[in-house]
Order: sequence, then structure tokens, then C-alpha cells
Amino acid sequence: MSTLDLAETSLRDVNAALQSLNGTTNQTAWEVLNPRGAHALAVGLDAPVEVRVKGSTGYYCAGMNAEATIHVEGSAGPGVAENMMSGTVVIEGDASQYAGATGHGGLLVVKGNASSRCGISMKGIDIVVHGNIGHMAAFMAQKGNLVVLGDTGEALGDSIYEARLFVRGSVKSLGADCIEKEMRPEHLELLAGLLERAGADATPEEFRRYGSARQLYHFHVDNAGAY
Amino acid sequence: MKDTPKTLPRYSATFTPEVNAEIRRAAATGIYDIRGGGAKRRVPHFDDLLFLGASMSRYPLEGYRETCSTSVTLGARFAKTPVELAIPVTIAGMSFGALSGQAKEALGRGATLAGTSTTTGDGGMTEEERGHSAKLVYQYLPSRYGMNPRDLRRADAIEIVVGQGAKPGGGGMLLGQKISERVAGMRDLPQGIDQRSACRHPDWTGPDDLEIKILELREITGWQIPIYVKVGAARPYYDTALAAKAGADVVVIDGMQGGTAATQDVFIEHVGLPTLAAIRPAVEALEDLGLRREVQLVVSGGIRSGADVAKAIALGADAVSIGTAALVALGDNDPAWEAEYQALGTTAGAYDDWHEGRDPAGITTQDPDLAARLDPVAAARRLYNYLSVLTLETQTIARACGKSHVRNLEPEDLCALTVEAAAMARVPLAGTSWVPGQVF
Ligand SMILES: Cc1cc2nc3c(=O)[nH]c(=O)nc-3n(C[C@H](O)[C@H](O)[C@H](O)COP(=O)(O)O)c2cc1C
Repeated sequence: MSTLDLAETSLRDVNAALQSLNGTTNQTAWEVLNPRGAHALAVGLDAPVEVRVKGSTGYYCAGMNAEATIHVEGSAGPGVAENMMSGTVVIEGDASQYAGATGHGGLLVVKGNASSRCGISMKGIDIVVHGNIGHMAAFMAQKGNLVVLGDTGEALGDSIYEARLFVRGSVKSLGADCIEKEMRPEHLELLAGLLERAGADATPEEFRRYGSARQLYHFHVDNAGAY
Repeated sequence: MKDTPKTLPRYSATFTPEVNAEIRRAAATGIYDIRGGGAKRRVPHFDDLLFLGASMSRYPLEGYRETCSTSVTLGARFAKTPVELAIPVTIAGMSFGALSGQAKEALGRGATLAGTSTTTGDGGMTEEERGHSAKLVYQYLPSRYGMNPRDLRRADAIEIVVGQGAKPGGGGMLLGQKISERVAGMRDLPQGIDQRSACRHPDWTGPDDLEIKILELREITGWQIPIYVKVGAARPYYDTALAAKAGADVVVIDGMQGGTAATQDVFIEHVGLPTLAAIRPAVEALEDLGLRREVQLVVSGGIRSGADVAKAIALGADAVSIGTAALVALGDNDPAWEAEYQALGTTAGAYDDWHEGRDPAGITTQDPDLAARLDPVAAARRLYNYLSVLTLETQTIARACGKSHVRNLEPEDLCALTVEAAAMARVPLAGTSWVPGQVF
């Protein structure tokens, strides 16, 4: 295990050390001490390494992550794992706004709750939230899967494209063009895999599926009120 | 018997035939007019300014013998590798999707020949433009289509787009006709849908967040490349000040004449400031922060000639950026295609239905047959020629004003033809020492 301590090392040096790792490194296990809410921590990683952040982080932790597995042993500020490409990010606590925003791939797991706009503009990422999520989750979500074990806030999936949303608890309200959809065997199978990878104690049959009604895919006067 | 004299038919100045035609179109379709291009109405512009030239108290420089440099460095404030340009004219961001792959390639090739940069756009970075652009600015837009760390690291600069002059406060539009398989793939969207890009960034709001976003992008790119912030001209003093405070290396201000690929006509014509009105407040903001020249100002929106370039620089821009003019240089709206423009119900010079993807010149299209009409190498040569003319014209004016570097042009070299332009550009009305609004 290699250790980086933000009490002694600058953010730039910590990130540079983690970013310099590539697929051939033998040092695959890292821990980062004293994050104390630092912004932009462990961003732009590009190797199959494992990083444990021993505390809570500020904005954009694990931003644009590729391949790395990043555990935050605390809570994460806004935009955690934004635009993630691949790899896994696990937040032991809660996540603030825009968790997983625009993510293209990989898996984001939030063990606590996630705030508003979780999965906004998601483009292929999988997000599993063990607790509840706030309003406007999956706004304009394009691709990927959002799984919520708890309840959701208002306007879930507003203006959604082709992302799939699975919710076990209650949905306060659905956003424009988002509807409940039939849970078919392939969805149950997909969900089972996601729950397992996220270490979530739930069965697929407990969930409902939501997605796009595809009514706003073409501009039309009769939809004007919905835009 | 003689006919009784009659009143001639008279059109209303308010309800003109054009206005009425638009009312009928709206009534028939129930949807607003979407089009490409910038504001078509006349607004105070660089045409309303003149250079004074040299006289008793100013020496001019000899046309071909005395040097008049044009180089400019963008982004030295924080970036380890700033963008070095041979000329103060860059190619603005225009999306692949709006433009064909060939058109993007031509822009890259032409800009590279001229020693300047080109810019991606909504929809991500294509191999065509990365491969053919010696200097490529990668736009970071609200939609984040195609955004990825690999392209970020192979960019020469990042441009965070907060807004565009044609539509400050508006998002993008790309209608289904242009969402080809390749465009859809790059944007992670279904093929053929009418696509709206978001108008706000998904993971930050306001200048305090922007500061952290800039930190993140710098951390991902190792503080190597410059970060520009592009805003539509709306509140240029505060927008420039806030962008600079948030840590931008370069601020790009785009006036309302600036082109767009597709936006509601009402937005293009009625929102935002003319380019002329935006420059002085932006410069003032940088001066007030003690960041003039440390943070560069790039101005766009309606730049057509070396005179426009020189005037923008004299008012305080470090460089300018062009969109529409570059497309025209490639061949957009060329009268050679008049018969086809007529068939589309328009005429060369007025064609602006770029969103429909049926561009006879093969530039604003994703149709493979139309796109094949544009030879990227020949089009690049035209763009290069045009950029060379812009540069020569700018130098001609700068020398006449006695400047050995175009950046030394200053407001003092200018006067205004109209009271409006004098007030906006903060230069005296021609033949007077009166600058409207200036208190002595
Ligand atoms: C076809 C076209 C596509 C454009 N796409 C983008 C874009 O993707 N992102 C952006 O910031 N600006 C975009 N713009 C605006 C230009 O970057 C630039 O601000 C504008 O064209 C400058 O004004 P000008 O056209 O008068 O030179 C586009 C403009 C045009 C004409």
C-alpha cells in the first residue's frame, strides 16, 4: 500500500502521482490521507489501480475517472465521478449534487443518499444509490442505468432520452416525458447484476422501471407545454 | 370623366410583408422559426468606426519595408504551454454535426497553413480536425457530448462555453435530419431525433463553482494547456471580471452578430449586445483587476475584414475569432449553387436553413453526397488565402497608424461615424472631441 498525505503533499502532487500510474505499475493499491474536503481530488486517473480516500472530499472527486477504483471513506461534494469513462467509484457516505453527471461508463455506488440532479446528462454510466435521491435526478439522461434503493425527489427523469431508471421506493413525481415502463426479464437480469456489483441487499422484483415516453424527440406544437 | 385620384397601396412600416409572412408561417406551423447564422438586422458595428491614420503628430510605417508583427500568445497566465499564434485571427468553435467532417478538416488545414488555431464545438472532437489542426481548442460545453479525458489531454487549449453571442442563455439545437449514425454515436443519442443541448452546465452554476471546475480541468491536464471561457455578449464588464476571477487564462466575448448552427430566429435577433458594445467594458474589467494583457481577450461576432480585425484590436481585443466568414471562405452561400438555392426557396447569400442539412455547398450537412462536394484541400487553400488577406489588411491599417505590432493599435486611433457607435466604442464622434457619456 502506498500512501499520499494531503496534510503534507499538495493537491497537484497527489494528483500527479496518481495520474502517472499506468497499466504496468506494480503499485496498484493507494491511500490518500487527510482529504479534508479537497476539490478535484483523484481526477483524471487512467489506470486499473485502487485508491482509498480516508475521509470526505469536495467538488469533482474522481472526475473523468478511467479504469481506477476509487473508494471515498466519507461523503463526497458536488459532481463526484463527473464524466467518468470506466472504473468504479464508491462513496461510503452521502453524495452532493450532480453525482455521476455526464458519466460515459463505469459504476458509481453511493452507499448513503445522493442529492439533486444525480445522473444529470448521464451518457452510459451505471449509478447505484443505496439511499434516497433528490429532485431532477437523471435530467436529460441519455444512456446507462440509475438504480435507487430508496425514494426519489420531484421530476425524476425530466426530458430523459434512453437511460433506464430503476426505483425501489417512492417516486415523488416524474419529469416531462418520463413514464413507468414494463419490467421485462432482461431488465430484471440487468438489475440483478448491478445490485450485485454495488453490494446492494435488494431483489430486482422489488423495483419499478422508468424511462422515456419518446414524445419529445421531435419538436411539435402540441408538446410546447412540456418543453 | 376623369378617374378619381386614388391612394396608392401602402405597406405598413410595422407590419411589413416580411412580418406578415412570418405571422402566416407561424399560424400554419405552430412552431418558431429556427435558422442558422447571426443577427441579420443592422446594429451599430465596426463599419461605424474609422481610423484616423498618421498625420503631423504620428509617423506611419513604410508599407513593405518596416515590420508590423501580428503574433499573439494566448494563455500564459497559468498554462505551462500557452497557444502561440502567427496571426491574431482564430477559427471559432463550430460543431461536427452542424458541419460536415470535410468542412472541419478544411478549417483545420486552412488555420494550420495560416499559423492559427481552430476550435471543436458541440459534439466532440473528430479525428479529421485533430489530425489536421496544428493548434486545436477543445470546447467544454453544457451538453458534454463526446467529452473525454483522452481528447482533453490531446487538446492545445480548453474553451469552457458559458454562452454564445447568437443566443446568450440558450442551448444548442441539432435537428433530426443531421443526427446521422456517426453524429448520434458521438453524442450518445438515438439517431434522427431533434436534439436539444442544455443551456447550463450540468455540474456547476455561477462563478464560484466555475473556479473549482477550472481547477479540476487544470488538474486533469496537469496545468499544461490554457483554459478559455467563452461568453455571449450580455454583461461584458461583469462576465469578463468573473471569468478572470474564476481563473480563466483567456476570455472570449461573442457579440450578437455571431453565427450559430441553429437557433430560434427570435433569440438570434433579440438577445445580446452588438459586438461593438461589448469590447470596451470587457477591457475595462481586465484593467480594473490589473489583468489587462495577462488575461487575453478574444472577440468574435461579425468579423469580416482586416478593418474589423484592426478595429477590434484597437478597442482592446488581443485577437479575434471568425465563424461565418470562415464558412463563406470555404464556399458557403456561393452563387455558383444558385439554382439549388432557388430550389430550396432561397438565394445565395440568404441561405440560412443550415439545420435542415441540405446545404448545396456541402458544408452544413451530414449528407454524404452533399458533403463530398467540398474538397477539404482546395477549401483550406481558400480559407488560408482569406486569412492572409485579413492579416495584410490589418497590417496595412496598423502601419498607417504608425504601429510596429498590430497589438499597439488603440482607441486613440479611432473615431466614430455615429453617436451610437461613439458611445458604445467610447471614441469621439468624427471631427469632434465628444465621447457620449464621458464625463470630464
Ligand atoms: C455553423 C456554426 C456552428 C457553431 N457551433 C458552435 C459551437 O458548437 N459552440 C460554440 O461555442 N459556438 C458555436 N458557433 C459560434 C461560433 O463559435 C462563433 O461564436 C461565431 O460564429 C462568431 O461570429 P461570426 O460567425 O460572425 O464570425 C457556431 C457558429 C456557426 C456559424
